[in-house]
Amino acid sequence: MNSVANAVASTRSNARLELDGLSRSFGAYNALDGVDLAVEPGEFVALLGPSGCGKSTALNCIAGLLALSGGEIRLGGNRIDQLEPEKRGFGMVFQSYALFPHMSVRKNVGFGLAMQGVKGAEADRRVNEALALVRLESQAEKLPGQLSGGQQQRVAIARAIVIRPPVVLMDEPLSNLDAKLRLEMRAEIRGIHDQIGSTTIYVTHDQDEALSLADRIVVMSQGHIAQIGSPQDLYQRPINVDVADFMGFRTRVPGRIVAVFGDEAEIDVAGARIAGTMRTPLKAGDSAILSVRPEDLIAAEEGIAATVASMEYRGRAFFGLARTADGSELYFRADEALPRGASTRLKPLAQRALLFKDATR
Amino acid sequence: MIRDQGLISKIWRFAIWALATLFVLNLLAVIAAVVVNSFATRWLGTWLPAGWTTKWYFSAWKEFQLSSVVLVTFEIVFTVVIISGILGVTTAYALARRDFVGKRLVVLLFLLPLLIPPLTYGIPLATVLYQLGLGGTFWGVVLINVVPSLPFVVLVMIPFIEQIDPRIEAAARVFGAGTTSLFLRILLPLLLPGMLAALLLVLVRTIAMFELTFLIAGPTTQTLVVSLYYAVFASGVRAGQSIDAMAVVYMVTTLFWLVIALQFVNPTQIVARAKQPAAH
Amino acid sequence: MSGPPLRTRLAARGLDGTTMLILPGLIFMIALFVYPFFYGLVDSLTPKEGGWYANYAKFFGDPFLYDTIGATLWLALPVTIINLAFAVPVAFRVRLMNRQRLLTTILVLPITLGTVFVADGLLTFLGPRGWFNHTLLAIGILDNPIKLTNNYWGVFASLLITGFPFAFLLTLSYISGIDPAIEQAAATLGAGPRQRFSRVFLPLLVPGLAVTFCLAFVQAFAVFPSAVLLGAPAGPTRVISIAAYQAAFEQYDHSLGSAIALIMGGVELVVVLAVLGGRSFFYRGPAGGTKG
Repeated sequence: MNSVANAVASTRSNARLELDGLSRSFGAYNALDGVDLAVEPGEFVALLGPSGCGKSTALNCIAGLLALSGGEIRLGGNRIDQLEPEKRGFGMVFQSYALFPHMSVRKNVGFGLAMQGVKGAEADRRVNEALALVRLESQAEKLPGQLSGGQQQRVAIARAIVIRPPVVLMDEPLSNLDAKLRLEMRAEIRGIHDQIGSTTIYVTHDQDEALSLADRIVVMSQGHIAQIGSPQDLYQRPINVDVADFMGFRTRVPGRIVAVFGDEAEIDVAGARIAGTMRTPLKAGDSAILSVRPEDLIAAEEGIAATVASMEYRGRAFFGLARTADGSELYFRADEALPRGASTRLKPLAQRALLFKDATR
Repeated sequence: MIRDQGLISKIWRFAIWALATLFVLNLLAVIAAVVVNSFATRWLGTWLPAGWTTKWYFSAWKEFQLSSVVLVTFEIVFTVVIISGILGVTTAYALARRDFVGKRLVVLLFLLPLLIPPLTYGIPLATVLYQLGLGGTFWGVVLINVVPSLPFVVLVMIPFIEQIDPRIEAAARVFGAGTTSLFLRILLPLLLPGMLAALLLVLVRTIAMFELTFLIAGPTTQTLVVSLYYAVFASGVRAGQSIDAMAVVYMVTTLFWLVIALQFVNPTQIVARAKQPAAH
Repeated sequence: MSGPPLRTRLAARGLDGTTMLILPGLIFMIALFVYPFFYGLVDSLTPKEGGWYANYAKFFGDPFLYDTIGATLWLALPVTIINLAFAVPVAFRVRLMNRQRLLTTILVLPITLGTVFVADGLLTFLGPRGWFNHTLLAIGILDNPIKLTNNYWGVFASLLITGFPFAFLLTLSYISGIDPAIEQAAATLGAGPRQRFSRVFLPLLVPGLAVTFCLAFVQAFAVFPSAVLLGAPAGPTRVISIAAYQAAFEQYDHSLGSAIALIMGGVELVVVLAVLGGRSFFYRGPAGGTKG
């Protein structure tokens, strides 16, 4: 097996990364407000969230590119948050790739080794292995300016892993690539991770990316962690309305709880009674929000009364937007295009609707 | 990034700051020396003058005929600004919007006067102007000063124009705007900030431009800076304080426009650097 | 039927009404820049007396004349090297500052005020009874005032004051043009501050520094008013611009004056080519980053 893989799979990568009460403020603004996370060796963790949620700030603090305002970072039990970035030994892949424009691919990849004092035949061997892992052996003498975006990204990855870091940090590495390339690179990144078994922390705002790549997803919002869980957990059981919204539950309509049966409850939305799974404790009479994915809300004979506002064709089905009498927006699916202004009734598929307590009413 | 806390690093940082501070202090002191001297009754080897007075300003004003010199300076400078503005903006617009055979040569031609020091091209240029009978005349001084100012306007305006989406102009045409309309209602308002910046910078630079004006100016067409030079040159004859008073008048004139210019531009743009073409 | 009309074909080549807008400016530049250059060239080859080479022979035959090259180089080269050597570390520190504007505004002052004003100021400031000597005497570094005006050192100081801000501002803009993520990447790969500077910044800066050197040198080489007012124009600070001016406007030999101006341009060109030629040993591509 590739010896980069071997080496990373041993020694340093067995260390556990602990984030303990991480805080970082810029003046009065708290970019990070008490983040706690433990990352096991070899895990692929995604930090997911919208712009401004603090995920990039967290990554930069882990790397040492930003100083902490509070909290600790420990690797294998040793505190590292006071160390300069050059002493932490993490590999990092930047959104803009940040390749050294004046060095060839080979020199770029070999830079970390040169800093570690690894020279000569040993360095050449390791660089060649890393290049083989990202399939860029034939481009080794080129300058970054002569490579395509995808190729530059692979050089950046090779550069980060060749130094056998205990943790690989990735800051939205795919957001500058076009859609098709993104999908290809996604598979490559996961493939490389599986091959060398390195601990990886991956920052992204794209929920599809996080779902497909990560062992565990950390959803962040406004400097805090909103939810941590496996991709299935987050996809099916988001912990609050905002996480649900971010994970694709586009419809959120207010209503009132009518009855509760164990884990499920019935909510009255604009006169219609809809059954859903409770994600927060609710009782009859509570104000609640019904959350459901567009593909799980169907035009049917019975359900919430709404007027169609627009429809669009997406190949497999039609997706539309409808509004209830009091203005709530519902995103739904239909087998055929409904005309604008048509009245329809919308009902979620069984077990697909979630109910959350409405904190605003 | 987390800063290096080592001792050597701290000493190095301190040394750099000390050096920069020393430079700034000396610089400000040189300027202050002129100002202080202009208000001094007598100043011979003490920290500060023996006494203060404003009489030198009045005497300098009369002696050097500053009222006419200042007037001439502004006439010349504003004419230069207008001419280089009109010629510069049209040229910049064409260069920003069109690619054509020989464009690189044209751009190089406009770059050269900014790269070559004025005296190098000024002497043959002044000779030509003298041959044309423009030596010592108002138009001679204006023309010689347009030579570096025109390229400067072009260089400053090109990025401004490139920033304006050409599709805006296309949209205007689609909606029926003729060329004059396009220019007056769309382009001019969008270009105004850039033009203001460029023209203010030309103004400041032309007031301070010594070599070119010196080569061509006659006794009635000297700008302030040239008069100042002659005054310092002949400084055995006149009192140093009087010369410094004139220098302060010059300084106030320049700094006044500099302050206005700085409201619109970054100080770095006064040092018009020849932009490197993207990649060789 | 013939092909598309001439207008359309020209427009496809980029030549249409808009392109014609360059004509006024272009004509002006040709008339007042290109033509005088050629005029000066021809003029220098048609001296008052003697063959076409007479002006140049005269220049290189008369020590009073050709020594000016050496005198000017002896001023311009050290000053430019020093200015650049100080500009780089200072700009390197300043790029990290948040409020650079105050500093850059102060540094723009000498450039704006110009060499004549600075020369006048230095006559007072560096004079035997000026603040500079006064301070050094008071501190005890000197026992007697040193002569800093009407000699080499006065001109040197003037070139420092007007040259350093220029070199600094240009260098700062080049440094700021380097993608900060590149430095961060180097740090995560284990490079300490010195290694980041020598392995990453310096190679990327060399092309810009070469250009800055050339521009600063050319400016210093053309020194004129300070050399007259603050120096010893008949002696050690007799710079080549003085020789050119005197020939053209005091001796009314504009042919010789043009010749000297051309020689001046020639020396500048030689130094510029040497510096730019030297830099091609280093990296020469965009430093903005690796995104197209």
